[in-house]
Amino acid sequence: MKLIINGEEKTFTQEKINISDLLTIESVDQPDMVSIQLNEEFLRKPDYATTWLKEGDVVDFLYFMGGGQ
Amino acid sequence: MTLFTDEALERYSRHIILEDIGIEGQEKIFNASVLIIGAGGLGSPIALYLAAAGVGRIGIVDGDVVDLSNLQRQVIHTTADIGTPKVVSAKQKMLAINPSIQVDDYHTMLSAENIESIIAPYDFIIDGTDNFAAKFLINDACVLLSKPYSHGGILRFAGQTMTIYPGQSACYACAFNAPPPPGLVPTCSSAGILGAVAGMLGTIQAAEALKYFTGVGSLLTDTLLRFDAKTMAFQRAKFKKNPRCRVCADPQKISLTDYEQPLCELKNHA
Ligand SMILES: [Zn+2]
Repeated sequence: MKLIINGEEKTFTQEKINISDLLTIESVDQPDMVSIQLNEEFLRKPDYATTWLKEGDVVDFLYFMGGGQ
Repeated sequence: MTLFTDEALERYSRHIILEDIGIEGQEKIFNASVLIIGAGGLGSPIALYLAAAGVGRIGIVDGDVVDLSNLQRQVIHTTADIGTPKVVSAKQKMLAINPSIQVDDYHTMLSAENIESIIAPYDFIIDGTDNFAAKFLINDACVLLSKPYSHGGILRFAGQTMTIYPGQSACYACAFNAPPPPGLVPTCSSAGILGAVAGMLGTIQAAEALKYFTGVGSLLTDTLLRFDAKTMAFQRAKFKKNPRCRVCADPQKISLTDYEQPLCELKNHA
C-alpha cells in the first residue's frame, strides 16, 4: 500500500495498517510529541488504534517544537 | 504627498523601490505596532529587522538578563551586556539602528495575569518564547483578543512557524491541542540549538509581520512551515481550522490561565 507521509510517498508491505502501527513502523519514539493529521483532519489519540489506512491516504506527523530563546 | 523626510526616504529607499511596497507600504510599516515576546534566539533577529524596517512602535517582553550562554545565538546582545535585562539591551540596539521608532520594554515574565494588558495595544504579536506554557498562553490570548500573530519554535537543527489570523485561520491549538506532558519536553537549554537556525526562523517571522502590514503576498495561515537545516529541506503542512478546537471553536469561552511548566524551565526563568 502506498501512503503519503509528510509529503513523501512511501510503500508499505503490510496489508492492514492503523495509525498506532504506523507510529511503530515509522519509529516515532515519543507519540506524545506528535500531532497526526489524516487527509487534513486531526486525529484524536484514542482513535489511533481504530483508524485504518487505505491506499493513497495522506498522513502528516506534526512535531511539537518548543524552543525559541 | 508623503510625511516622510528626505532622510527617511533614503533610509527606506530599498523598500520603497519595491513595487509591492512603495511609499504607501512603507507608511503602513511606520504606522504599525508589533509586540515581540522573548528577546532571545528568535526575538533578536525579529527585533533587529523590524527596527531596521521602520516599524513605528515595537514592544518587547522578557524577564531575563543577558547570560554568557545566550551570546552564541541571541545576536542583539553583546558581551558587554551580560547581566543587563535583555529588554534594555535589545532596546538600545534597536534605537541605535533606527532612532525614529518607539520601543516599549517590558522587563517581566508573561502570565495569565498580565498578558491581556500587554498585548492589547499592538496590531501584530510575535511569539519568540522558549516553552509550551507561554506558547499556548499566547495563542489563547491572541484568539481571545483577535490579534494576528506569528508562532515560532526551534529545536536542535530544525524550526517551524505558522501565522494565525484569529477567526479566519487555524490556531496553534487546532494543530497541537495542548502542551505535551512536561517530562517529555526538550527545549533549547536541554536539547541545544544551532545558533543560525534561530536566525533563519526569526527572520521568517519578521517577514510575515511586514507582509501582514503591507498586504504583500500570502501569509503562512493554515500552514505549518518547517525546515531541517541538516538537509535544508523546507516543507509545508497544510491544515484547516479544527471545528473541535479547544481554543478557537468558541473564543468567548476562553479563560486565561497559566499552563503547567516543567520544573527545569521554571528554574531557568525564575
Ligand atoms: Zn484553534
